[in-house]
Amino acid sequence: MKKKDKDFSDKIFYWILKILGYGTMVLLAALVVVLLKVSFPIFEKFGLKFFILNDWNPVTRVFGALPFIYGTVVTSLLAIVIAVPVSIGIALFVTEIANSKIKKILSFLVEMLAAIPSVVYGLWGLFVLVPWLRNSVEPFLGKYLGFIPLFYGAPYGVGVLAAGIILAIMIVPTVSSICREIFYSVPNLFREGALALGATHWEMMKLAVVKSSVSGIFGASILGLGRALGETMAVTMVIGNRPQISPSLFSPAQTLASLIANEYNEASNSSHLAALTAMGLVLLMVSLAVNTFAKIIQKRFQMRTGVGK
Amino acid sequence: MKSLSSALSFNDYRRKLINYMMIGLIVLGAFVALAPLFSIFYYVIERGYHNLSWTFFTSLPAPIGESGGGMGNALLGSLKIIGMATLLGVPWGIATGVYLSEYSYGKSSKTLRFVIDLLMGVPSIVIGIFIFTVVVRPMGGFSAYAGAVALAIIMCPIIARSTEEMLKTVPIHYREAGLALGIQRWKVILFILVRGKWGAIMTGVVLGVARISGETAPLLFTSLNNQYWSGSLKDPTSSLPVQIYTYSISPYEEWQMQAWTGALVLIIFVFLINLVIRSFFSNMRDSRD
Repeated sequence: MKKKDKDFSDKIFYWILKILGYGTMVLLAALVVVLLKVSFPIFEKFGLKFFILNDWNPVTRVFGALPFIYGTVVTSLLAIVIAVPVSIGIALFVTEIANSKIKKILSFLVEMLAAIPSVVYGLWGLFVLVPWLRNSVEPFLGKYLGFIPLFYGAPYGVGVLAAGIILAIMIVPTVSSICREIFYSVPNLFREGALALGATHWEMMKLAVVKSSVSGIFGASILGLGRALGETMAVTMVIGNRPQISPSLFSPAQTLASLIANEYNEASNSSHLAALTAMGLVLLMVSLAVNTFAKIIQKRFQMRTGVGK
Repeated sequence: MKSLSSALSFNDYRRKLINYMMIGLIVLGAFVALAPLFSIFYYVIERGYHNLSWTFFTSLPAPIGESGGGMGNALLGSLKIIGMATLLGVPWGIATGVYLSEYSYGKSSKTLRFVIDLLMGVPSIVIGIFIFTVVVRPMGGFSAYAGAVALAIIMCPIIARSTEEMLKTVPIHYREAGLALGIQRWKVILFILVRGKWGAIMTGVVLGVARISGETAPLLFTSLNNQYWSGSLKDPTSSLPVQIYTYSISPYEEWQMQAWTGALVLIIFVFLINLVIRSFFSNMRDSRD
């Protein structure tokens, strides 16, 4: 298209769109700047100690982010550990095993899973998942695997395990749909080659499909991680909201997002508010970094498959 | 020779067994992953339908200890907030999408697209904090306006990207033909490209609306909550997701049951939108492409 902006109305239209379009960029910059400005007193007072201090006391104005960073990382990693194998399974089932009818139904159901609001997941988690964990799963694990620190302690129901499972359910749609796209992009030649060499159906999936998509699956997991880190409502409702660092999956914990959701409205003084905003800033920066990283991996994967074709 | 062939066949059996086991495991895993979906459906319907009546949609919440009552104020509040968010977020999103698809190219377009993707990944609670700082505090209080702005920010990048994708599918010669006829470029864009893809763009818009209608975290510190009908848009306003949250973590059983009913209404709303859009979109794809 040639640019010929002789007409005035064309120019106005162009500038309106440009301003609105670049408004998104201004918005993202404003997000970072505003959060940085509000939370600055906290970083001024505590410096980098803010990140390693294991203490949270709004009354004495001591604010350390460590237990919350710990809770966020552990619940998100647990979610990834559960969700990624399941998502690969779903994607393999859809692309390599199911016929077109089952494929449609399954894809539809997974998308429905993505459409359920977070607060409904939380409600279900609080009244269905947590009692089930408390009464059946956690006593069972504690009885037979209690010697491992991971499964040590009283079964509360609410805690890291419940939050990890809820997060896993919530990120399965994201991760599995990306995996599905990646598996579709594997050339059929790979599959035919593997089968022609005498591979079984499973060996074909393993060697031709999954192994050639490892970096893409990694990118999908990172994107899932990004979603899990910032998820608020469902986690707030099932994690028990107690800032502590314990190796046990059964113990209650607290994440950055759930801390903000719980305390922001009741912040007792300005430094409490600043500390909570600093948590938000950490969350924002981590999500930006994770998403950038996922994008880079995706790009490299696209380039590689582009060369392969 | 004999031993070799038997060894081979043993290996074959082993491989076949692993094959069936792994395929079985994959199928099982897929069904286990969907179990929560059915469980959620079951419980939301089983616990939610008791209180589902006309009064649920029209009346205020009952005081603690009394049964009955509804979420009329929360439903109305949600409608107000979502409506205003749509008014703000949709034109902004569509404009950004049109700009990305029609006017921007090269490095700057890549950067802008990247920023929009990043914006989509920002945790919604962070947007809540941001709006609290730049809207709620200067305005002097929680309001429906603040909630709407927060939701609009969440909505805009979703709509921008879907609009861009849709416009990208229009072949270049539509634009060339329009320009060759001497039509101004903005008219070509609005009346040929956008109008031609209007249905698809609206699909993205409605999916964006469905997406924000369940958002809770950004509303907690922006529109807050209200046990009564909020008089004006400048008052704290109750919304369905926040009300579900407040009730579900309350210690009162009546309130918890109300939360289930609220969840049922919310899920029906979100799923109806998804189903309608889906059938509409698949019809359109069949007839057009």
